[in-house]
Amino acid sequence: MSTTASRRTDPAVPTGAVGADGGVTGALRLVLRAVLRTLRGLHWYLKEVMGENAYLHYLESYRRRHGTDEGAMGAREFWKDLTDEQDRNPKARCC
Amino acid sequence: MTVEYVRTDEDAPPVGVIEKPRWTPARIVVWAAIGVVAGLGWVMIAFVRGEETSASWFVAAAVGSYLLAYRFYAKFIQWKICKPDVTRATPAEINDNGRDFTPTDRRVLFGHHFAAISGAGPLVGPVLAAQMGYLPGTLWIVFGVILAGGVQDYMVLYFSTRRNGRSLGQMARDELGTVGGIIASIGIILIMVILIAVLGVVIINALAESPWGVFSIAMTIPIALFMGVYMRFLRPGAVVETSVIGVVLLILAIVAGGWVNYDPVWSEFFHLDRSTLAWCLMIYGFLAAVLPVWVLLAPRDYLSTFMKIGTILLLAVGIVVVNPTVQMPAVTEFAFNSDGPAFAGSLFPFLFITIACGALSGFHALISSGTTPKLVEKESQIRMIGYGGMIMESFVAIMALVAAVSLDKGIYFAMNAAEPLTGGTAQGAADFINNSLGMSGVETNAAELEQAAKDVGEESIISRTGGAPTLALGMAHILHQLPGFGGQAAMSFWYHFAVMFEALFILTTIDAGTRVARFMLSDLLGNFVKRFRDPSWTVGAWMTTFIMVAAWGSILLMGVTDPLGGINTLFPLFGISNQLLAAIALAVVFAIVCKSGYAKYAWIPGIPLAADLAVTMTASWQKIFSSDPKLGYWAQHFAYRDAVNAGETSLGNTEGAEAMNAVVRNTFVQGTLSIVFAVVVVLVVVMALWVSYKAVAGSTVTSSEEPHTPTTYFAPASFIATKAEKEVEAQWDEYRREKGLTKPGVGGH
Repeated sequence: MSTTASRRTDPAVPTGAVGADGGVTGALRLVLRAVLRTLRGLHWYLKEVMGENAYLHYLESYRRRHGTDEGAMGAREFWKDLTDEQDRNPKARCC
Repeated sequence: MTVEYVRTDEDAPPVGVIEKPRWTPARIVVWAAIGVVAGLGWVMIAFVRGEETSASWFVAAAVGSYLLAYRFYAKFIQWKICKPDVTRATPAEINDNGRDFTPTDRRVLFGHHFAAISGAGPLVGPVLAAQMGYLPGTLWIVFGVILAGGVQDYMVLYFSTRRNGRSLGQMARDELGTVGGIIASIGIILIMVILIAVLGVVIINALAESPWGVFSIAMTIPIALFMGVYMRFLRPGAVVETSVIGVVLLILAIVAGGWVNYDPVWSEFFHLDRSTLAWCLMIYGFLAAVLPVWVLLAPRDYLSTFMKIGTILLLAVGIVVVNPTVQMPAVTEFAFNSDGPAFAGSLFPFLFITIACGALSGFHALISSGTTPKLVEKESQIRMIGYGGMIMESFVAIMALVAAVSLDKGIYFAMNAAEPLTGGTAQGAADFINNSLGMSGVETNAAELEQAAKDVGEESIISRTGGAPTLALGMAHILHQLPGFGGQAAMSFWYHFAVMFEALFILTTIDAGTRVARFMLSDLLGNFVKRFRDPSWTVGAWMTTFIMVAAWGSILLMGVTDPLGGINTLFPLFGISNQLLAAIALAVVFAIVCKSGYAKYAWIPGIPLAADLAVTMTASWQKIFSSDPKLGYWAQHFAYRDAVNAGETSLGNTEGAEAMNAVVRNTFVQGTLSIVFAVVVVLVVVMALWVSYKAVAGSTVTSSEEPHTPTTYFAPASFIATKAEKEVEAQWDEYRREKGLTKPGVGGH
């Protein structure tokens, strides 16, 4: 059930097709693959640190607790609730 | 290498891997090499010195020392006190709600934690401390974080995680009793007020009379509003996309600031003095704290996080690639007397006060308790997040120091000497530096100082105190030399880029801080008038916000109009209050260590506590009792009061009856605050020592920990998973696939 979610948040899952170009040597292909993997990892990290995946994680947690998506907030509702929650529960930022 | 696998359920894969690595020759060689690099760095900056000390030695000394400390000292603390229990579920696992409690990938949480603890503090403190030379500051930043700052953050995070993520105030109440808890809470509110006010002074000093700066910072408000609406109604959840749009607009705003600056009409419009800016900041702070978070605060926070990560990486690359040569001597005359123009006071205690964040910052205890502990996956990761996060912050401070000390000395002192000394003109500053600075080997002239201002598109750089403008100049100085970064012509862009980056940090701290302080006040007032506890009571929210803004606003106004130069007199109070908060946090940690039966190792929080108390109490003592009017608030107060009473209208560099009265008033407030802070902390520390003594003398071991709940979860302990950890992760993936379970925790491996 969680395959889509984990795919989108997981840098280690190769999704692109790198090996199709027969012209390049195996070594170059390995390098390309490593570069792509690094870029994908960086993108994953950026999204995680900025909080872009918050809804996916909420859904994963909801499934874990309820065994189903039923009754979980929709994306729009979730994001609205996320900032509204901060109205009631502000977090300090440091100096 | 011995590997032990720990299980809580015989049918499931292990929940923990305990590895005891053996000291193989290769491992010994690697750690010896790290030691040699660190040692060489220290030798080069401390002893060889010479004219050509380059920034790379600072990086070698700092990074090498950090690695050793993380591997050996932090591990020692983990081994003796903060013993991670791999079978124990963390609050994130137990109370998982997919939101504020949720197991978060350790590397992501490291990023979140770092973004929350790092702000403008580690950037400006080291810049001011550079007046004593680069060596004292570097030593304190590196060894301070190893023995004090890292220890505080790590232990508070550990103890709070064991206590369901309770806040520092709540832990104080639990450990020290109700009275101790209330005193600690009042101390925390007061300290927040002064922090916000001083950060406000810092940013206003960077923006006053700078149309370019004012325009580009003002533009961040419509940009944030746009981002808020965009994320609320058009693209909910598109955080990175929205932030990228925001950053692009931000850069446009910086570029457009240049046009405004050279346009006679618009530059006049955005040419604002300090008092006007202070009022703008107060109105902004009030609105930001009462408006819904999505309108202004949340988008700004995204923007500020994005800029923080990007700019810090950029600066690190800049320092390594450009490798600037240090201009400031290792130690200057101002380390031994109290005549330094940037801030008053000698090395002990004021170096340790001026550089608070970056070495030891009490404020971090508020993040390490309450926010981060609710997201930790495993107790074994706390060392990496708490201690490791603080090491990162310390490195940011080192970079700020390097940026400042690689500036021309004349320019540095012209920027950091307050207006009464320089008269606010290039000629006045040159005269002051050449004739009465009191430090040998610094020479400059008016033309040089005017050119430096012109290079960055400012009318003047004289007496731009507070550290932020100096850092911006230092950063511009480094960044414009990077290949492809525009060269000399881009100096003004990078200067205003750096000002923007600092202003974003500071404004985020001000609006979030005002909001948090307002909630704390409501909570406190709720003890007397119950209705204040109701968050939906708008009148109450407005009232408490107004009180908080009035509190920091009045200190802010006092600072920006201070005839003696606000930073010079207020910054020590900022540092003292932050370090006093650290004393409260360390005292609570100390009490917990003693009460949990680890009194033998109480020296681990005890050393930083004692050092911190020695520093803050000496500084407070001098600020309250020193007879030197440059140093003591009360000595200054009485000197000016007597002069006013005698009918005089000038004293020292202060001219005019109004200014004289302002000094009398300001020093009274500053002196009173010094006394209140010191008394609050002494009370908390005495209570902590008393409960510690009772625990040790009575050999009673009590615990306010939450009961042990067995975990059903595995995650690696450090940045890079070991071979055994990867194997166990694979077993879990297999196990979950078989059982059709969803993986707890957030993303990645």
